Amino acid sequence: MGLTSQSVGRAARKGGLVIKKEKEDDLVVALAGNPNVGKSTLFNALTGMRQHTGNWPGKTVTNAVGYAKADERGIVLVDLPGCYSLSARSAEEEVARDFILDGGADAVVVVCDGTCLERNLILVLQILRITSRVVLCVNLLDEAAKKHIAIDLDKLEKTLGVPVIGTAARSGEGLSEVLAAVVRVAEDPPQSVYTVGEATFSEEETLQSVRIAEEISRTVLCLPPGDTSMRDRKIDKILTGKVWAFPTMFLFLLGIFWLTIEGANYPSGWLSDLLFSLEVPLLRLFSWAPWWVGGILVQGAYRVTAWVVSVMLPPMAIFFPLFTLLEDLGYLPRVAFNLDKCFQKCRACGKQALTMCMGFGCNAAGVVGCRIIDSPRERLIAMLTNTFVPCNGRFPTLIAVITMFFAGGAFAGAVGLAALIVLGVLVTLGVSWVLSHTILKGIPSSFTLELPPYRRPQIGSVIVRSVLDRTVFVLGRALVAAAPAGVLIWIFANVTVGGETILAICTNFLHPFAVHFGLDGVILMAFILGLPANEIVFPIIIMAYVSGGTLTEMGDLVSLRTLLVANGWTWITAVCTLLFSLLHWPCATTLMTVRKESGSVKWAVASFLIPTLVGLTVCFAVANIAKLFI
Amino acid sequence: MVLYALPEGEAARIRCLAAEADVRHRLGDLGFIPGTHITCLGRSPLGDPTAYLVRGAVIALRNEDAEKVFVERDG
Repeated sequence: MGLTSQSVGRAARKGGLVIKKEKEDDLVVALAGNPNVGKSTLFNALTGMRQHTGNWPGKTVTNAVGYAKADERGIVLVDLPGCYSLSARSAEEEVARDFILDGGADAVVVVCDGTCLERNLILVLQILRITSRVVLCVNLLDEAAKKHIAIDLDKLEKTLGVPVIGTAARSGEGLSEVLAAVVRVAEDPPQSVYTVGEATFSEEETLQSVRIAEEISRTVLCLPPGDTSMRDRKIDKILTGKVWAFPTMFLFLLGIFWLTIEGANYPSGWLSDLLFSLEVPLLRLFSWAPWWVGGILVQGAYRVTAWVVSVMLPPMAIFFPLFTLLEDLGYLPRVAFNLDKCFQKCRACGKQALTMCMGFGCNAAGVVGCRIIDSPRERLIAMLTNTFVPCNGRFPTLIAVITMFFAGGAFAGAVGLAALIVLGVLVTLGVSWVLSHTILKGIPSSFTLELPPYRRPQIGSVIVRSVLDRTVFVLGRALVAAAPAGVLIWIFANVTVGGETILAICTNFLHPFAVHFGLDGVILMAFILGLPANEIVFPIIIMAYVSGGTLTEMGDLVSLRTLLVANGWTWITAVCTLLFSLLHWPCATTLMTVRKESGSVKWAVASFLIPTLVGLTVCFAVANIAKLFI
Repeated sequence: MVLYALPEGEAARIRCLAAEADVRHRLGDLGFIPGTHITCLGRSPLGDPTAYLVRGAVIALRNEDAEKVFVERDG
């Protein structure tokens, strides 16, 4: 039995994608194609949305939905994950296949990479077998031209029988033609000799598709003699070569951290001066109300939010654009290529390196990103260890603590931070090894990784978009997580039970336990209260100290350091706080994502326990060994 | 000879894939079928995986999998 629209059916679809039409006659159009052919860029250009793009296969692992208009006709566009085939051998391919097969789409736009047309045609032919309501979009024509690759689009259109449009999505070329063609094929399906109405995805079928693709490209492609990507090969000789691969990787990391710390310094200071100077006037606004109203709103909610914004925002608004530039360049798959041997030794998948990169932004996103890993066993390993990469919420805390206690300047801070990240990678590898030799036993499965061509990043737009995205993200989290946390901690610090504040009761309770790990009751409580979002861990620590002492100012890092030292912090406390921040339970969102992605509470519990045990063990060892030296 | 033995910078044609069905399918989707022209671009700094140029795309394969692909040198 072949897989047809009927045999798969709407019910088979997973993921709960909601498609909302604005009007009854709106068209639903799927955007499909190989990974990394510029689908997301095209999607953004067509819909005016800002779906995150990047030059690495597997960037889009879930469906994004957007809205476009062709004249008066509304089009609901669904950006499917990139896939090499519809045979659904990985979770992301399954998403794409189910959507195309279930017949929910009025048309499919298949996006091809003009610099690699032959390989891309294999998928085109597979989709054409099922439906002829296809618009073929040959993208990246600008790059193909640079490589002197000529494509006869008219001939391709005649051969395939469906509209073929050449585009350069980054510059917006050909976009309106794509939309017009979509409306045409949806209303009047064209005839293609390759459409048979069903696909079996058998080996013979694939063989046949590959042969036809080869045949077609022979007639429509005109390639210059020799290798069209000499420049890429030369760059690869350095970035993935024996001598320079690892030094350059470390230098990139160091450089990004250095720019982040150095650059964030001043805006952080300005923001904190500005926001904290508003505190007194704000308090005055509430002078008419009972004292606790101003306390909860200003000293609680406002203060924590202000701290999160001034400390979190600048480094993240610098780090992410820089990281996105590396991503757009096509460097991340090279990192996976360089590191794969290590993951192989741990019986894990090299693509785990890519999911770790996503973890920098947000561990929950990293866990979803694990869908790019085919083997379920290796995917679970990647999900369970993703939290060892510090996310957006922990990064600024790490930077702040390193700067306060260990670094004389931005460069030393960057070295400290890079060392911590390397430690995170080593722990990831170690835990992966242990997992594949215990509860997730198995041998490494086969692994293919495409190394995309290097592309010049669109520096201006990347920076603008990425800064905006991060600002919105950080501010959003600040409001959602930090403000309520501020309220809670203020209440904890000001409501007394039996002569003691709730805060003191909690921290005193935790303290005897926490000291064994080089922490104190306040720090441990902050990590526990930080479960909803890691951003609030450090503000809670500060709030707790401030409420207990006479200090009422919390501004720059110098006065902050004084506050911490006054509360008993030594360099051991700082090291253990850094380590515990890197190695502890993931935030609630990540835990829920693990549950959803693995389909089981068991794995969510494991993703909580594993890093916690690792963190407690490491902190215990460090704290007790360090004590021997003083 | 097996694909893994193909030295850096040299090209060959795929004769057959002796891998398990899963791997064979996956490679087929990427255009690795008998008769395909393939060039070895270089090994990763730790010696595994190896990058190959196939149908205009650069694909990295682990050496273990590259040992299951049989090739014939050009010429």
